[in-house]
Amino acid sequence: MERRTLFPGRLLPALLILPQLALTVVFFLWPALQAIKSSLEREDAFGTSTEFVGLENFADLFSDPLYVAAIGRTALFCVCVTALAMGVALLLAVLADTEIRGRAFYRTMLIWPYAVAPAMAAVLWVLMVHPQIGLVGAWLNRIGVAWDYKLDGTQAMALVIVAAAWKQVSYNFIFFLAGLQAIPKTIVEAARIDGSRGFHRFRTIVLPLLMPTVYFLLVVDLVYAAFDTFATVYAVNGGGPGQSTQTLVLKVYLDGVVNANIGSSSAQSVVLMAGVIVLCAVQFRYLGRKAVT
Amino acid sequence: MAGLRLEGLRKSFGANEILKGVDLALADGEMLVIVGASGCGKSTLLRLVAGLESPTAGRILIDDQDVTGRDPSARDIAMVFQNYALYPHMSVFDNMAYGLKIRGLPKSEIRAKVDAASSLLGLDALLDRKPRQLSGGQRQRVAMGRAIVRDPKLFLFDEPLSNLDAKLRVQMRGEIRRLQRRLRVTSLYVTHDQVEAMTLGDRLLVMHQGVPVQLATPTEVFERPADTYVAGFIGSPAMNLLPGILGRNGTVVAVEGTEIPLGNRRFARPDGHPVTLGIRPEHVALDPAGTSWPVEVVELLGSEMLVHAGRADGASLTLRLPNGAALSDTVRVSFPAGQLHLFDRATGLRLEAVA
Ligand SMILES: Nc1ncnc2c1ncn2[C@@H]1O[C@H](COP(=O)(O)OP(=O)(O)OP(=O)(O)O)[C@@H](O)[C@H]1O
Ligand SMILES: [Mg+2]
Repeated sequence: MERRTLFPGRLLPALLILPQLALTVVFFLWPALQAIKSSLEREDAFGTSTEFVGLENFADLFSDPLYVAAIGRTALFCVCVTALAMGVALLLAVLADTEIRGRAFYRTMLIWPYAVAPAMAAVLWVLMVHPQIGLVGAWLNRIGVAWDYKLDGTQAMALVIVAAAWKQVSYNFIFFLAGLQAIPKTIVEAARIDGSRGFHRFRTIVLPLLMPTVYFLLVVDLVYAAFDTFATVYAVNGGGPGQSTQTLVLKVYLDGVVNANIGSSSAQSVVLMAGVIVLCAVQFRYLGRKAVT
Repeated sequence: MAGLRLEGLRKSFGANEILKGVDLALADGEMLVIVGASGCGKSTLLRLVAGLESPTAGRILIDDQDVTGRDPSARDIAMVFQNYALYPHMSVFDNMAYGLKIRGLPKSEIRAKVDAASSLLGLDALLDRKPRQLSGGQRQRVAMGRAIVRDPKLFLFDEPLSNLDAKLRVQMRGEIRRLQRRLRVTSLYVTHDQVEAMTLGDRLLVMHQGVPVQLATPTEVFERPADTYVAGFIGSPAMNLLPGILGRNGTVVAVEGTEIPLGNRRFARPDGHPVTLGIRPEHVALDPAGTSWPVEVVELLGSEMLVHAGRADGASLTLRLPNGAALSDTVRVSFPAGQLHLFDRATGLRLEAVA
């Protein structure tokens, strides 16, 4: 059931959305337009003159093997973070949905990571897996695993994936738990009586009824992994070793702010913006489809 | 041969004892209707039999096999829920086929069984629809279909018709009765509805606060209620219950000083024993020579009317009269001796005449 409140006249509604509009203009539209403008320009090495170069920055970008590699790396990162965050959250939600002792405590604990700042989360993980001082890291080396995420790119990637996914598990957990609790108990009971057990029941009854939540979280998690993990990834290893954990968002920052290549960096952010818009469009479509199919 | 036996079944939720010892035996193919006030534990009893809850004490035997600890999936029963509980993401066909697929039946056999059940219930044209594309009555039928395709040992119905409108309820009531007679599957049927209680079952179980108070044929329960609770619960409007004193060697009851003869029946209780006199509204007779009761409310029900009369001392009486009966501010009534029920006032239990 949708509830709508109608305000009279034009002035009041306009006034009410003005603050939000102002924020959007100042912090999004203006910089976005700025980015589009500078993505079409090139500065000389001393930053004294700029010239209009059309789509050249974009052409350079997609012919740059480093950038293409970053796209692939980001895709891998996103898929792994999303799969891990959703898989773990779903498992925890299914467990939390059963009648267990101390359920409230358990649920609260699971929601906490969401309240931890991303950089803090990264530091926590670093402290845990640091090859010399980290509990887990030191232990791995002691048992003979050559663990050093500062040297090994694959290990570094695994670490940022886990750290980023861990942050998102809480969010997914809340939605999965709510989704599970919205499934009428009698439907699951009917399936039990029909002879369905365990994983079969989960696969044929629970999961299909949870699909709207799954779609929703899929998009949210992809957006999160692609655009919202900067702090976590940067705090773990600054995109290194080498470029091994340099995702697209990190690259925008490193190229633009650190290496002062404004033209290329702007072109990259325009590409990212296009990505966000596409994902959001997908999300709106699925959010619009509320009914179970 | 799939009978059902319950032995000393008890169920507590925390400190609340909801079922306080239920013993019951159903013959193969029998349909037992369970009635009782809201919250008396009817659904709980059904859920115990289904295996959705586990009993605090007692045993459940289906087909003489102890299934008390078994998972619902291993009990070979079917249940029709009040809200139908159809699988919303499956077509009507898949809803009915679900349990059969789990049992690993070949596709052709599943198709044949679903087709047979759906033509029995008039669902042939709806097999490809999803539950949300069906009306309430059609959903109800699908729920029935899902239960009968499985050919289970036991049917459980938890108020399956209470979400339907009055007309559809009458129709489905008839269908359920026909189906059950035809398939002869042992059934437990929980209801609130007086008419369902009287017409559907071979026997009727009246529950009161977790205790079965009477188990008999519907006619027997109606004609010889075991106590004042059953007397007041079965029959609509409820039986009139008036406090009285037994007298004249157990052959009359004095109500408010008026002696009401009990016919040629005699009750083996000492004179002066406090009793409750029961008479159904349709049995109270208008009688110019009878006692007088001030009329409070008259309800017209079409072919008949209900007259509610009350006296200053708080005693009240309901009469069921044919429409158009002449009435004034007071009615004079008498109680035909053959229609009187007598209950012990202290225990509420029915008293039987000795001769
Ligand atoms: N899971 C539960 N936990 C605690 N109490 C429960 C639970 N299920 C039922 N009860 C209690 O048990 C009592 C009987 O419930 P039950 O559902 O069996 O009643 P009912 O006879 O089916 O009533 P109705 O006619 O309203 O459906 C109620 O007082 C209810 O509050
Ligand atoms: Mg109930």
